[in-house]
Amino acid sequence: MPEGTLCNKKTIDTKEQLQALLADKSGKEYYEQMNDLDVDRKALWGVIQKSLKSRTKTWLEICSHCGLCAESCFYYLANNRDPKQVPSYKIQETLGKLIARKADVDNAFMQKCMDWAYSKCTCCTRCGVYCPFGIDTGIMFSYLRGLLYGQGFVPWEMKIGSGMHRIFRAQMDITTEDWVDTCEWMAEEYEEDWPGLEIPVDKENADIIYTVNAREPKHYPEDIAEAAILFHVAGENWTVPSEGWEETSLAMFAGDWEAAKMQVESVYDAMDRLKPERMVVTECGHAYRATVIEGPYWAGLKTGKTPIDSLHYVEWVAEALRTGKLKIDPSKKIKEPVTYQDSCNYIRNGGLADVAREIMSYIAEDFREMTPNREHNFCCGGGGGLNGIGRYREQRNIGMKVKRDQILGTGAKLVIAPCHNCWDAIRDLEEVYKIGIRWSFLKPLLINMLEVPEHLKPKEE
Amino acid sequence: MYEFLTGPMVWISFGIFFIGLIVRGVRYIRGLDWKLDRVTYGENISYGVRGAVRSILFWLFPYGTRSWRKNPWFTLWVFLMHFGILITPIFLLGHNILLKEKLGISLWTLPEAVADTMTVVVIVSVVFLILRRIALPEVRIITNWYDYVLLLIAVSPFLTGFLAYHRVADYYFWLMAHIISGHVLLIAVPLTKLSHFLLFFMTRAQLGMDYGIKRGGMKSKGMAW
Repeated sequence: MPEGTLCNKKTIDTKEQLQALLADKSGKEYYEQMNDLDVDRKALWGVIQKSLKSRTKTWLEICSHCGLCAESCFYYLANNRDPKQVPSYKIQETLGKLIARKADVDNAFMQKCMDWAYSKCTCCTRCGVYCPFGIDTGIMFSYLRGLLYGQGFVPWEMKIGSGMHRIFRAQMDITTEDWVDTCEWMAEEYEEDWPGLEIPVDKENADIIYTVNAREPKHYPEDIAEAAILFHVAGENWTVPSEGWEETSLAMFAGDWEAAKMQVESVYDAMDRLKPERMVVTECGHAYRATVIEGPYWAGLKTGKTPIDSLHYVEWVAEALRTGKLKIDPSKKIKEPVTYQDSCNYIRNGGLADVAREIMSYIAEDFREMTPNREHNFCCGGGGGLNGIGRYREQRNIGMKVKRDQILGTGAKLVIAPCHNCWDAIRDLEEVYKIGIRWSFLKPLLINMLEVPEHLKPKEE
Repeated sequence: MYEFLTGPMVWISFGIFFIGLIVRGVRYIRGLDWKLDRVTYGENISYGVRGAVRSILFWLFPYGTRSWRKNPWFTLWVFLMHFGILITPIFLLGHNILLKEKLGISLWTLPEAVADTMTVVVIVSVVFLILRRIALPEVRIITNWYDYVLLLIAVSPFLTGFLAYHRVADYYFWLMAHIISGHVLLIAVPLTKLSHFLLFFMTRAQLGMDYGIKRGGMKSKGMAW
């Protein structure tokens, strides 16, 4: 059974394997090798028989082909209503056929499945909300991704990403030392402006354990500083764990369920170790989805809940504004028209639509809703790992047209996007379509609007 | 033949209908897996029940959900069709006379003109759905012969019943065709996609529980279907 040195069915568990993959720029060799990758039909069918239960089976079976899912899908809309983008069609042609053929499929079919599962679906789950039978194609594509991963048919970046989680318990190569150093560095960097500012690492029994997206220590360390400033001003007793600080899960996008489990367990271990009251997750959608919503199931927690209460960042912000822990200077509220990007992962799939509106009521004078919005909002175009996959860049850019038009429809030039994926996608859509917008997380905006208590201000020399 | 089809065969068809649906329902529930589906069906029960009930009720009423409202014509005809298919045969005068003869019981019955109109509405709805399948590219691409067969199975008892009732041409022929197509429909419900007669409630409840328990139900007023 031929297996490539780079593209194969093995998981990435060592730094050497990871290095070899990273050295293959853009995955050129990796995708070449994929053309020769054999399908282990027996193993694949075995996995399907074990994991395909009545929910998914019934979804595939009773779909009455009514087509109501068509318009729910932003890919369908962005591709000029191409019937080949109808969710029902996409899943029947891939997962549906895979099962109908009892996994007796070839390499070309598996590659088609991979291409479709990543470049024609971001697992935003909007279609499930528009189906009379509640058939959730996004969930099925996620399941398909898992089957594909097991056979080695996974985009290069996702293979790397899940390997990162396995090795570093983070989506990027950040060690415990790197992380702790970054926290210390940021605290020092900002201490002059914010006397007494701390980023307490591994403090036990704190009220809040704060966890992040690895991109923050890697590329945007100031985001950690901003979080620290806001906790500081709000007077929170908080901490970050030295290990188990990463919330994201490229493993979830890759369908590497084993790595997804390892990742969330590192966070739950930190909860057990440090015994905080609650967890707050940074402004990231899929991170919250992975660790707070789906994670307990991967870890086999029977309650379906994280070991301690877990909040998305917007929940903490809303609470801090509501209780007056953070006060907004009315003269500094956002005056220009501003809109809010509802992230699929914590709004549609997390129920936090009202929380987001509550925040906007405190900070914006001219808040403009996108249409549609809240649970019915469209994916930014970069969900499901798509932002990070070079192979499907063109398809993603086409998909972003829907978000572009939604934003243009509001008339706002500022988009608040408390989700790393949305934030990236909106940045990229500005780069591609040049519509003259700005985009931001909440943290920097909030810091500029705060009423800072006298005793927290720097002393005049 | 007539005696058999209106006698023992009725028991057989209803037997297959009910037992088949029970088997479907039991198999569906037994096949749910909290860990694989990632929904704690047995925990957080109040949230699960609320989610399931909301998910079913919003969709059970015409224009109750955004999806129904976005597709007003489809919604209209689909609801009329389902209403007609479910209500007409149960409260039809002719069926109840038969019931009285055979079992000595009968239900309240629809005025004949109303039943007749409902039958026509069912037929027109099915025609609408067939034309829609042909006309809309996004529906055409996912439509296969099986979808047409199902529409045919569903409409046949109504079409034949209508023709028999109005004594169009050979009454006995259409009557027999009506009885046979009725049996086919009853038997087809548990054995085909028409099992959504029951599974609609199951899959709706399942996704409702998913949203009610896991996907935001504990942090919001409930999914805005």
